[in-house]
Amino acid sequence: MATPAASIQTKIKSESAENFIKGLWRENPVFVALLGMCPVLAVTNSAINALAIGAASTFVMVLSSTIVSLAQKLIPKQVRIASYILIIATFVTVTEYVLQALSYEVHKALGAFIALIVVNCMILGRAEAFASRNNLRQSVMDAFGMGVGFTIACLSLGTVREILGNGTLFGFQVFGPEFEPWIVMILPPGAFFVLGMWLLLFNWVKHRKEAAE
Amino acid sequence: MTELQSIASPAQPEAPPEVSSTRMIMTMAGIGIISGILLVFTYMGTLPTIEKNKAEALERAIFDVVPGATSKLTFTPEDGRLRLVDPSEKPTENYYAAYDDEGKLVGIAVEAAGQGFADIIKVLYGYDPVCQCIIGFKVLATKETPGLGDKIETDPAFVANFEALDVSLSADGSTLANPVVFAKPGQKTNPWEVEGITGATITSKAIQNLINVSAMHAMAILQNNIQVLRDGNTSSQHTNQD
Repeated sequence: MATPAASIQTKIKSESAENFIKGLWRENPVFVALLGMCPVLAVTNSAINALAIGAASTFVMVLSSTIVSLAQKLIPKQVRIASYILIIATFVTVTEYVLQALSYEVHKALGAFIALIVVNCMILGRAEAFASRNNLRQSVMDAFGMGVGFTIACLSLGTVREILGNGTLFGFQVFGPEFEPWIVMILPPGAFFVLGMWLLLFNWVKHRKEAAE
Repeated sequence: MTELQSIASPAQPEAPPEVSSTRMIMTMAGIGIISGILLVFTYMGTLPTIEKNKAEALERAIFDVVPGATSKLTFTPEDGRLRLVDPSEKPTENYYAAYDDEGKLVGIAVEAAGQGFADIIKVLYGYDPVCQCIIGFKVLATKETPGLGDKIETDPAFVANFEALDVSLSADGSTLANPVVFAKPGQKTNPWEVEGITGATITSKAIQNLINVSAMHAMAILQNNIQVLRDGNTSSQHTNQD
């Protein structure tokens, strides 16, 4: 997870951009670090659910990374994990209330999954591994990059599962009425199948790239 | 804690500085208090909007399940009779009488709930006292599997079950003439049958069952008090004018 010191020095000018981009591909929380599997597997049975859980997680992660980065000098190392969990849980609850006030319909569809964000170890991981030892600007860029990377990963699963399992994408028919949906794809086993396939593809691309270099 | 540290610190490459227990407790308590205050303000700040959203969603659902309705009154049963609900009270059992522009009763929306596949399913259905049938159906809350159980909302063939579902009362008016029963997909023959969904048998059976249980109880109350409901709109207008 730790970036080699040499690469940080060579790319010091574009550090913010680098911290943002690494979450999308090289250190993608789902495809590379395999973090946050609980929402990735449980909630990605449709593209819209995947997008919403990704956006809500990003929001919580950016806010908690902000606070953790600002308070890094104030929180003693010995109680840091408990403090981070408290901060994350607070923002998750705030997100839930705000979402409920903003749109009753969206909350109705996602209500059960918002609370799951608390147990997403990706958020605690970024607070512990990055925000607690970097400045505010870098921490926000890192959290935002990781959040976008997480959302892309959730969408990758959600679109495939919705298309194959329900014959729709974002609720619109993709195939004709004759299409027989693969119901297993929207059930839990489908989540594992699709994640496995994406990991296979991701690692294959990575190995080819490394071999070429 | 300090004893543990003294053992652990030499092994760690970056020994954490000695911190007193008081400081740790203060930090935790401080974060706790700030979090608590933030949550209380968020809760109080969003509560009116959330309540308003819920009430609006319910109102939309009522006008959805009783087509042609433009206003509603809420009734609650008391010793077998229906009475108007005061806006300040929140009874558990509600009947929403829906009226058209001229104040004529067009139907009654009834809330029902029952165990589904994943969790309790809450629905609202519209009842037409003239044809003694269910004329509309809407799911208020569900956690059923997307793509399978949620077809109770999205499958037009299933929703069509509730365009004219017979729930007429028996001759003595105490219960339904024919209980609402389940039919396998494509095998519906009687107007009191609910045709299931392929691949969502448990959820569609749950809906049939909760409608049956609710209708057995509610239809008798509604038909016995039908005059109260019909007069509801006009009498309340009188009281408002007085």
